[in-house]
Amino acid sequence: MSAPEASVQVSFKNRAKTALADRTLKIAIDRTTGTAEAKRAVAVAAFPEFQDARARGRAIKDHVIAHLDHYLEQFERNATASGAKVHWASDDAEARAIITRICLDAKAKLVTRSKSMLGEEIGLPHALADAGIERVETDLAEHIIQLAGEAPSHIVWPAMHRTREQVAELFKIAHHPPPAADDPATMVQSARRELRAKFLGADIGISGSNFLVADTGATCTVTNEGNAELTTTPPRIHIVTAGIEKIVPTTAHALSLLRLLVRSATGGELTQYTTFHCGPKRPGDADGPEEMHIVLVDNGRTRMLANEFREMLRCIRCGACMNHCVVYRQIGGHAYGGTYPGPMGSVLTPVLNGLAGSRDLPNACTMNGRCAEVCPVEIPIPTLLRAWRIRSWRERLEPGSLRAGIGIWAVLARRPGLYRLASRIGVRAIRLFGKGGWIARLPLAGGWTAHRDLPRPTGRTFMDQYRAQQADKGDRP
Amino acid sequence: MSGQPNPRVGLFVTCLVDAIRPSIGFSAIQLLEEAGCRVEVPQAQTCCGQPALNSGDEKVAAALARQTIAAFEGLDYIVLPSGSCAGTIVHGYPDLLANDPVWAPRAEAMAAKTHEITSFLVDVMGFHTKGRRLEATATYHDSCAGLRELGIAAQPRALLAEVEGLQMRGLEGNDVCCGFGGTFCVKYSDISNAIVTEKAEAIERTEADLLLAGDLGCLMNMAGKLNRRGTRTRCFHTIEVLAGRADGPAIGEEG
Repeated sequence: MSAPEASVQVSFKNRAKTALADRTLKIAIDRTTGTAEAKRAVAVAAFPEFQDARARGRAIKDHVIAHLDHYLEQFERNATASGAKVHWASDDAEARAIITRICLDAKAKLVTRSKSMLGEEIGLPHALADAGIERVETDLAEHIIQLAGEAPSHIVWPAMHRTREQVAELFKIAHHPPPAADDPATMVQSARRELRAKFLGADIGISGSNFLVADTGATCTVTNEGNAELTTTPPRIHIVTAGIEKIVPTTAHALSLLRLLVRSATGGELTQYTTFHCGPKRPGDADGPEEMHIVLVDNGRTRMLANEFREMLRCIRCGACMNHCVVYRQIGGHAYGGTYPGPMGSVLTPVLNGLAGSRDLPNACTMNGRCAEVCPVEIPIPTLLRAWRIRSWRERLEPGSLRAGIGIWAVLARRPGLYRLASRIGVRAIRLFGKGGWIARLPLAGGWTAHRDLPRPTGRTFMDQYRAQQADKGDRP
Repeated sequence: MSGQPNPRVGLFVTCLVDAIRPSIGFSAIQLLEEAGCRVEVPQAQTCCGQPALNSGDEKVAAALARQTIAAFEGLDYIVLPSGSCAGTIVHGYPDLLANDPVWAPRAEAMAAKTHEITSFLVDVMGFHTKGRRLEATATYHDSCAGLRELGIAAQPRALLAEVEGLQMRGLEGNDVCCGFGGTFCVKYSDISNAIVTEKAEAIERTEADLLLAGDLGCLMNMAGKLNRRGTRTRCFHTIEVLAGRADGPAIGEEG
């Protein structure tokens, strides 16, 4: 393949290697994912109808996906009737252009933003910076990574790659005055003090949306910090950015999915703040924005409707798949190199960025199935990762050495007699590389023996021994 | 439960057992015969095709699926000492051949009579371990494909519980992948190493004499790591213990 692509391929492995060598990162990952896993397990155990709720959640999403056009049009009608303005963006560039245009038209100097992965997906932080607009992230974890100049490493806990000790160091430098102590409560107080002035001085607040409710035209945000409310209420203008798959028919459907989302994400029963935003401030309202804009983003989603990745549109962004993934728990989110990390990211990143540059992601998976087991909307993630592998094979993106290896193996495997002969010779040859029961180094198997010993084949193949036994018995071939 | 007391059972040996550890294959024959089965080992078998399937080469995977179906479909049951290879036949073959009008029904029929060995012994044959004794402590790792694709968890434990003297110890993270993942362990060997290192540490904390599991790939990965770390845990396939072969050499011990 071409050189630039090869360098991207190398870089996933390089990023993974760097992450594996970072012991502080591992401590941070273990703390967060370990807690998330344990809390989810307790929450699921305390909700006997969880499996039924999953089936219902899946059915709601499947229904909406099958009738996406209907519900989106209904949403647009109702949101418009509520006084909001609905914008349609076919891709990330169009979404960025719409949002920066709104900001520039309003002569906005300061924009507050509550956490939104869709905003990350469309590259909103950079777009605002390029337009000369000050952006303040109001979610505590987003505040941390903004100070650190980093991207989110998890879709629920964007700063989970940083230990609280590292955050204390960061706040000491960035907060004025610095926190008086480095216990979590004091650090949170310090962040609140820093952010409070920004909340009240912002011209525009930008939020994401967990659900778009078709029959009311409302958008729903869920947080545990209340920052979304402070982001969306005081400024003159509120902009919502949402992927078109966030649509649900009614508020009741949103709440059904919320039961799954919160338990799967944090192990809670409900988020601390669950807010439905329906239009701008009405006459007589005490507060609220004067303008509300809703930017509905496609960015590859309608393509997924028509291909083998359609089921991925069910995703409600809970993060359970990454919390339970053995690979994510070793390398963390940044090593994946896309907006969305972990198993769900390994399905989505090739959709968003193209397969050629992200071929490693669907391959860097043991196919152990734990992600699908915990997915609250039953997305068969390993099957979807395999679908990317099939595409990658068809498009000849796999390294020539792998294709050749599979090719030679296939020639043998399709000819039982030859296969037996090759096994016999192979076993004898491999046995030469070790003494006793183990082989410590084997040519062409460095990936194995670099880290572990290889059990030495015990002698003749099963088939050879079995046939000899049968011949001795003389009764069966 | 099978409706017939002495079914004809085809043993699919699997590539790794054939090459690395034939003792698992002979344990399978012994247990199946103890359970009353007439065991056959079709000579047209090679590999189930999983390496091709997981690499994305559907064509080769489908060719090997057809070859395997043709070799085994005349038998009453197909039994494998591997949840991973059994899962490929049970779930992978019907998917691979779904659009082939001739082979789709044959793949479905094959899937319906294919079983991993411990689940076959318990669920189909109603088999009980009798007259086995082993004074040892052991811990058990649930191999992922068997656990999640085929629901194998209770069956091996039930059979092991009937081995007199054998004390089972819980393994922290027993249902967490060991990092093998077929070609994953060599393609992403650094990540695999990090995963299996954690698994080895959990195994070491049990201080059990034996590590047992139902898939040789996972066992080779864990045993190879334990040995590299200088840990003396002896590793066996579950059915080697059930067949009374745990007094012989463990994985990596000289015979």
